[in-house]
Amino acid sequence: MNSIREAFQNGKAFIPFITCGDPTLETTKKLAIAMEEAGADIIELGIPFSDPTAEGPVIQDANIRALSNHITTDDIFAMVADLRKEVRVPLVFMTYANVIFSYGTEKFASECKRIGICGLILADVPFEEKKEFSSVFDKYGVDLISMIAPTSNDRIAVIAREAKGFLYCVSSLGVTGIRTDITTDVGAMISNAKKNTDIPCAIGFGISTPEQAAEMASKSDGIIVGSAIVKICAKYGENCVPYVAEFVKTMKKAIS
Amino acid sequence: MDTGTATLKDAVSATFREWTTRISDTHYVLGSVMGPAPFPEIVRDFQAVISKEIKQQLHDLCGKLPDAVIACVGGGSNAIGSFYNFINDPSVRLIGCEAAGRGIDTNETAATISTGKIGIFHGMKSYFCQDEYGQIAPVYSISAGLDYPGIGPEHAYLHDIGRAEYVAITDDEAVEACEYLSRTEGIIPAIESAHAVSYAMKIAPKMSKDQIIVITISGRGDKDVAAIARYKGENLYE
Repeated sequence: MNSIREAFQNGKAFIPFITCGDPTLETTKKLAIAMEEAGADIIELGIPFSDPTAEGPVIQDANIRALSNHITTDDIFAMVADLRKEVRVPLVFMTYANVIFSYGTEKFASECKRIGICGLILADVPFEEKKEFSSVFDKYGVDLISMIAPTSNDRIAVIAREAKGFLYCVSSLGVTGIRTDITTDVGAMISNAKKNTDIPCAIGFGISTPEQAAEMASKSDGIIVGSAIVKICAKYGENCVPYVAEFVKTMKKAIS
Repeated sequence: MDTGTATLKDAVSATFREWTTRISDTHYVLGSVMGPAPFPEIVRDFQAVISKEIKQQLHDLCGKLPDAVIACVGGGSNAIGSFYNFINDPSVRLIGCEAAGRGIDTNETAATISTGKIGIFHGMKSYFCQDEYGQIAPVYSISAGLDYPGIGPEHAYLHDIGRAEYVAITDDEAVEACEYLSRTEGIIPAIESAHAVSYAMKIAPKMSKDQIIVITISGRGDKDVAAIARYKGENLYE
């Protein structure tokens, strides 16, 4: 298994996001394998939550589809343990605080280590509250990925200094979803962060086209794409794998 | 609301999502003692005027403290307001009435303290109705004002330290209390407030005549009469 740092050494990193269990866990596994082959450098796996407050409508619907199939955290751990045997790229989870807290933070962290998850993104845990989770995940060598947003301003330096794995730079205000324009000065955010850390910086939120991908990659070490991929999953259901693979190939090419 | 389960929690989530696009000029204060710090304290401080006035008026009227203060609890704003200035008066029983819906042993309930466990959601750590994997549970009550799956964190604290009691009142009991108060006093309480009336009716017979119970009637019930009629099988729409 490669480390997160190694994942950023194959040119600009392409980091796709999918929701586990959308529409089935078998599809999630096939998607992850196909996305690695198509050029994904890190794969972000969403653990569905009933109330995903950071998500726009596309990923909200994916959460509902997955949960309506009664996918549980334990089912996802079992799928990832299986998947880990077939992919080398780093896998990171993205979810919400209550999914982990209710499972038991210690037990969750130890499962992550056992099945080979190397990072975790918690959309509803701000920097000031992260210790509740990072103090536990640190013990298991699982990176709690920090995020900076266009509103972080003076907090960018302190967040960047403590960041682990990679720094997730949120491109725009608002929730996840496809945007026609990204108007934030992301370059300035990232150069501010880079003064305070040497870990890679990846940009996410709103990126859906190869042109946007190329532009955002030119300002960072990699890009994260969620809604544009989940939209393909929604359209083709269990048959989405080749379509997603094609999209990942196009996006990786655009940033290479 | 047409996202998620289309109840209060989904409205709160939708508002959070909207708020993230306008952080520079907007704060989001939930209409209850909930959400991230310091909003629960801000709302509580404003609501505390309820217990300030209760205390003053009772003092002027009979020179003593109440024996019990009863209020309904969804997120818990009128309840925390009713309790706040009595927290340091240990002789005053503080009782919050949650919505049991069709009963705390059914899935159609919103009684957070009775059926929930500690979680982290909507920016706070408190009790939430949820499944074993932390998925927030759909909740139900006849009262739309009480159908939230969580409770304000200060209530969770008052519960944990044993300073306030939290009891669950069913739809049936709330409707009965609403009708009773309307019939006997000509006061039509909001269906959420009727949860508090119901519990007062349970404890009053066990108390002596010179003891004082204060019930917070947090809203008026004319908004609820059609829903109560439907609940009783009438085909009545506003």
